[in-house]
Amino acid sequence: MQLYERRRLTNWLVIGLSMVATAFGLLWLALVLGTLLIDGIGAVGPTLFTQMTPPPGSTGGLLNAIAGSLAMTVIATLIGTPTGILAGTFLAEYARGSRIGEAVRFVNDILLSAPSIIVGLFVYEAMVIRMGHFSAWAGAVALAIIMVPVVVRTTEDMLRLVPSPLREAAAALGAPKWKVVVMVTYRAAMQGMVTGVLLAIARISGETAPLLFTALNNQFWSSDLNAPMANLPVVIFQFAMSPYADWQVLAWGGALLITAAILLLNITARVLAAWSSFKP
Amino acid sequence: MPADIAISSERRLAGRHGALGDAIFRGLTLGFAGLVLVVLAGVIASLVVGALPALKQFGLGFLTTESWNPVTEKFGALAPVYGTLVTSAIAMIIGIPVAFGIALFITELCPNWLKRPLSIMIELLAAIPSIIYGIWGLFVLAPFVQAHIEPALIDTLGAVPGIGMLFEGPPLGIGVLTAGFILAIMVLPFISAVMRDVFETVPSVLRESTYALGATTTEVVWRVVLPYARIGVFGGILLGLGRALGETMAVTFVIGNSHHIHASLLQPGTTISAALANEFTEAVGDLYLSSLIALGLILFVITFIVLALAKLLLIKLEKQAGG
Repeated sequence: MQLYERRRLTNWLVIGLSMVATAFGLLWLALVLGTLLIDGIGAVGPTLFTQMTPPPGSTGGLLNAIAGSLAMTVIATLIGTPTGILAGTFLAEYARGSRIGEAVRFVNDILLSAPSIIVGLFVYEAMVIRMGHFSAWAGAVALAIIMVPVVVRTTEDMLRLVPSPLREAAAALGAPKWKVVVMVTYRAAMQGMVTGVLLAIARISGETAPLLFTALNNQFWSSDLNAPMANLPVVIFQFAMSPYADWQVLAWGGALLITAAILLLNITARVLAAWSSFKP
Repeated sequence: MPADIAISSERRLAGRHGALGDAIFRGLTLGFAGLVLVVLAGVIASLVVGALPALKQFGLGFLTTESWNPVTEKFGALAPVYGTLVTSAIAMIIGIPVAFGIALFITELCPNWLKRPLSIMIELLAAIPSIIYGIWGLFVLAPFVQAHIEPALIDTLGAVPGIGMLFEGPPLGIGVLTAGFILAIMVLPFISAVMRDVFETVPSVLRESTYALGATTTEVVWRVVLPYARIGVFGGILLGLGRALGETMAVTFVIGNSHHIHASLLQPGTTISAALANEFTEAVGDLYLSSLIALGLILFVITFIVLALAKLLLIKLEKQAGG
């Protein structure tokens, strides 16, 4: 009887602890999002979207940073999406079981988790030094390099979910393989692939480390992609670390904007995935 | 008859066009897949080339020197490497049990309707960018740790001989311990997601038969689920470790950026990524810059080994599940 009691007690203890662990995890989510909302909402107003980043002590907004972030994210997406989708297509359609496929998959998964600051260093060496100056292009390329592994991974996974009979039926009608892939497999896996791209955009829109030595930052409005460009993450970093209260308020505002955008992208991606025809 | 010929020659033409299209499309996808390998090669090459001047100047002593002095141009990687390893160790000590608890709750205990929302909420922890953790850590967590947690640690553990030296000094809020704690929160979702997935690969028959023998939930998890899933669990832990080692912004905000090694976890320190984020754009002189890139190279080598090991374990698991 004593043994039975002891086992029951241990069991309840472990169950209790696992509940505490789950609550612990959720607590931080609530705390981080709660603080963001409380401290960030005060900074959100029309001026946030209409004025440039100010020098300390005067009022301003984040317009140049928002525009710069958008521009670099769009360019990164334009580079990263086709690259990732085509590489993912190779893995799913042409490289099943092949050596080179395994190598690419392995390297891709490592790049997926590799420190993003290393990507920043690489682009600094490869582009910034060659060009002789920091630029928005370099920032966009760094973001694209971070985006590609995400898109490769989801594209491959989604294409693999498409049932083979669909491909075989199309091939039996005489369609060449590229047509089968582009017109049948891509269409069937569309929602899943879009989900992957959205998640990849969410991933890069908060990335700071790779932009520090590529796009740098810019106090002013700039539409020159060959020059340093302001961007939200680096502005948040600089403003939050500064001793000026009004800069810190702007940093919170920017943090709220980024997080809201990322959560929105995540939710959209999940809704799309739930609609998708083939579930993982 | 001429019409027939026309059709068949058209067919043949179409076939040849298809073959050409196929070759082009295959080549295109292969080329972009190759780009992934090129990026890795480029990263390695650029880091090695960039680090060369520093490595030539300091040799292997770079790894064992604590000094980091831009004025005399004496650089050593010991303090950042130490900080990287210690903060990651703290993150793992806190993160692994909590992630395990979450995975256990989601797979074994939680009612079905709650599984998905709960998984999504934990995954959102991973979606929050690290700069957000950084700003939150600096303005919210660090003051709290300084006011409540560190004084308590100094009073209790600080008095214990031996480990007491880990908790000495004034409570600053900013330091190695706070950085490790933030890292723990950040790697939680990665570790628990992998654990959850591998727990779910355990065949229900195994679970059910153990329950039928009268085992408690704890015993089922400890004696059946965990042994069955141990490779995957280890892979997940390494994946989390890889993340923790390279995490930059959150750590940069709260670690205090001091190139000195303190025994106490409450004192400021630095990590490789934090040193890069703080000093890279302000580094004057080729040797300074090269030393920073050498730090990056060290970080890359460490994370590459950890992540490759994680990946190999998870591949092994996949094969085991498939075969």
